[in-house]
Parts: sequence; structure tokens; C-alpha cells
Amino acid sequence: MATDTSRGAIDTTRDVPARKAERRSSHDRPAVVFDKVSLAFDEKVVLTEISFSLLPGHTKIILGASGSGKSTVLKLILGLLKPDGGQIWVNGVRADTMSEVALMKVRNHLGMVFQEGALFDSLTVAENVGYKLYEETDMPLDEVRRRVEEVLGFVRLSEYIDSMPSELSGGQRRRVAIARAMAFKPPTLLYDEATTGLDPITATTVDEEIMKLRDLENVSSIVVTHQLRDAFLIATHEAVRDGDGIQVVTADAKKCDEAEFIMLKDGLIAFEGNAAELRASTDPYIRKFLS
Amino acid sequence: MLNLLEHWVKGALLEVQEYVKLQIATVHGVFSRPFYFHDVVEQFDQIGIGSLTVVLLTGFFTGAVLALQSGITLDQFGARPFVGRLVSASMIKELGPVLTGLMLAGRIGSGIAAELGSMVVTEQINALRALGTDPVRKLVVPRVLAGFFMAPVLTVISDTVGILGGWIIAVYQLRVASSLYWTSITEALYLQDAWMGLIKPFFLGYAIVTIGCHVGLRTTGGTQGVGRATTNAVVAASVAVIAVDFFVTRLLFTLLY
Repeated sequence: MATDTSRGAIDTTRDVPARKAERRSSHDRPAVVFDKVSLAFDEKVVLTEISFSLLPGHTKIILGASGSGKSTVLKLILGLLKPDGGQIWVNGVRADTMSEVALMKVRNHLGMVFQEGALFDSLTVAENVGYKLYEETDMPLDEVRRRVEEVLGFVRLSEYIDSMPSELSGGQRRRVAIARAMAFKPPTLLYDEATTGLDPITATTVDEEIMKLRDLENVSSIVVTHQLRDAFLIATHEAVRDGDGIQVVTADAKKCDEAEFIMLKDGLIAFEGNAAELRASTDPYIRKFLS
Repeated sequence: MLNLLEHWVKGALLEVQEYVKLQIATVHGVFSRPFYFHDVVEQFDQIGIGSLTVVLLTGFFTGAVLALQSGITLDQFGARPFVGRLVSASMIKELGPVLTGLMLAGRIGSGIAAELGSMVVTEQINALRALGTDPVRKLVVPRVLAGFFMAPVLTVISDTVGILGGWIIAVYQLRVASSLYWTSITEALYLQDAWMGLIKPFFLGYAIVTIGCHVGLRTTGGTQGVGRATTNAVVAASVAVIAVDFFVTRLLFTLLY
């Protein structure tokens, strides 16, 4: 099996990426570094010495079959799970050895869009979106409300501000989840199957929100999905301002290079490269996956 | 067979370990910041005021049936006038705390396990953590405080309506003089009895809520898992009420009497 880990892969020497991460300025320092991360649940090996890094403003699209460990990668970055081996760095800080209390600060730099949204069903849309600002910051309430209105406008759901999550459709819930994740302006957003189970039109709307955040707000993104259509759309298109509006256009070659695919298989990285390289791959598994 | 036993013992030890860890985190959460005051008030309302109806009904009918049953038995010894003494002693020392505890186990234990269990399986707990909120501080601490402080209040209310229920039966069914009923109550009660009836619900409330939270937060297996967690929480909390009642009674007998 062809395993291409040359693009964007970090040095395999244990402490080198960590030292590099420390030396770099915050501008070009990787937002996330995975260095030989391994994880197993009892007998089941989920990840085996996985390494990659995510640069600021770039996108990683993690593909793989169900149960291949895609969502686990995001949970490891957030510190919701601890790896059995290896190192995880978030914004130059080693996160895998931190206590739950210390991780709260790391999570200030990360927004997460969960599968199915994971909205708090007893709170309104406004309370969901502004949750972190209401509960975990001293921001004045009217300022929080303004920010909530702003981000709901961004995802085009302003009219649902006082609705309950149960009153929203699946696609609207995902967009509220995106609004909640971006409300406190984290520099990195993690999307866990943000378009799974949605119809193509709604999925495209969600994809556009992901592109808008990446291209207009310079948010680094890790997108976990097995929806190839959405993955390629995000990798090969970009959002640009067009007067007062925003347009999604085909990305140039440089922009396309900023979106890298990682394909997980049997706990290993089976492929790492851009959209064109993925399409050109002759690996039988990847061909089968793409067909 | 040996493997099965080893697996069971390991599982049981893990549950105990996680339960103890949750309690340590809860106690730490009570005495340190951030403290979610709004959630505490909300839980006092839900657990305290929300349980009032069931506690009132249970207390009233328990006192009434106690008077009815004991009145007939006491009659055989010509001791019908002492029915108030029996009702008050039973309600305040034992039935009030235990029945209130069992009602809370059914209502609060199941509710907490179902709510937290649903939050676990829909990833709302993970979402809380991702947003920088400690679920123990946000969800467990308010419930434990509410359970700890509201269980004694509800028990006192249950005792009171139980004695009132007993009074109605004593006066209108057993034809015991009202003054005799109230006199026998005050004569029979010792301060230690009141302390016992008041101290026990603190332990029972704490046990019910911590068990509900523990079982809820360890829910696995989707909606089926939530159902299982709810059942487990009610069963474990009910057994805990009886067991804790026994051990605390034994301890208080040593300390108070």
C-alpha cells in the first residue's frame, strides 16, 4: 500500500517538532501538531504513531471509513481523550500531559462542531451560541448579545435567535453549532462530520460556512468527514468578498495546497496530500474509497 | 468462570473508584471557583419545590395508614389514646426520612441519571468540556447541594403532614380526643429523636444525588443506555437509602443516646 506522508508530515524525531513549535512565532507556529500519537481501547488499536501538523489558516481534511479513528483525532486535540503515546501540541503548548483544569485554557483556542451539533437542548439558540461568553467570561450581557447576533447573522440564522434547538432542522442545528464554536473567536475550528446526514443543498450551506470562516476569518480548520463531495468542495473552493456579499469561487493552486487530506486506515495514515494528489492516487484502497 | 469473576470484580472496583473520584471533585467544586450560582438556585427549585407534591402525598397517607393500623393493634391493649405517640415516633425517626428518601430516589435519582445520561450520549457533556466548562461544577455540584439541603426540608414537611394525616384518622376514625393526640406526641418525643430525623436526610439526599450523577455521567450505549442508567440509578439509590439509613441510625444511636 502506498503511504504518502511527505507533505506536511513532521520530523519523526520525538522532540524536534516540539522545539520547532516553541521557536516559531505565533504567526507561523502550527496551530496543532500530532507527533507519533498512538491510542488503543483495550485490544482495539485506534491510532498508531500518527503525525501531522496544521498551519494557521490552513485546512486538514481527515477521511476514513467508520471507526477509523477520525473523530478520535479531534477528541485528542481537545483533550477529551488522552493518548497512550506521542505528543500533542496546540498553539505551541503541549496538551496531552495537561490536567483537565489546565486544558480549559488550551480549549480557549479551539472551537468544536460535534456530530449532530450537540446543542444544549434546554437552552435557546442565543444561549447556546453565547454559552461560553455568558458562562465563562466577564463580557457584559449586551455585548454578548451583540456577538451572538453577529455570528448568527454570519450563518444566516438571525431569525432563530430565540428558538429552541428542537424547533430547528438538522442543517440549522449544524449551523448553530458552527456559530457556537466561532462565537468566542477561536483561531482553530474542529468539525466532526458536520455535514453527515444532511441533504446535498444543506450540506453545501454548511461547507460554505466552513470556507467563510477559513478564508475570511483566517480560522485554521480540521474537517473530519467521509462525505467526499463536501471534502473536495472545501479543498478546492474559497470564499471571497464581493462588494457587500460573499461568493464561493474555485480556489487557485496555492489555496488548494493549503487544504490537505489525510486518510486514516487501520490506525495509520494511508495518504497525505492535496486534492489533486488524492484524485491521482493509484492506491487500491483509496481508489475504492473515492469510487 | 474465573475470568468472569475477575471481570466483575474489576468492573465493580472501577465503579467505586469513579464514584469516589466524582465525590472528591464535587467537594472540591463546592469550595472553589467557578461556582454556578444560577444553576444552584435552579436545582433547589427543581429538587425542592418540584418534589413537594409527591412528598406531601406520601407523608400524609403514610401517617394516616400508620394511625389506622396501629390504632387497631393498640386497641387490643386498650392503648388507643397512645396512637399519636406511635405515629410521631415512627414518622420522625424512621418513616419520614426513609420514605422521603425513596420518593426522591424515584423522582430525583431517575431524573438526574436520565438528564445527564442523555447529555452524555448526545455529546453535550463533551461540548461543555470543549467550551471550557467543567461538567462536575456545572451539573453535579448544584444538584448535590440541592439534594443535600432540600432532603431534610422535605423530610420535615413529610413528617408534619404525616402527623397531620395521623391526627385526622385518630380524631375522625379512631375517636381519640384531639388534645390527647397532640399531648401524646409531645410527651413521647425526645430531642435525640428530632436530631435523628433531621440528620439522616442530609446523608440520604447526598447519596441519592451523587448516585444519580455518577450513573448518569457513566452512561454508554445510546438511548438504550439512558434507559438502563435510569433504572440502575433508581435501584442503586433506593438500596442506598435503606443501607445508609441503617448505618447512620446505628452511628447516631452511639453518638446521641
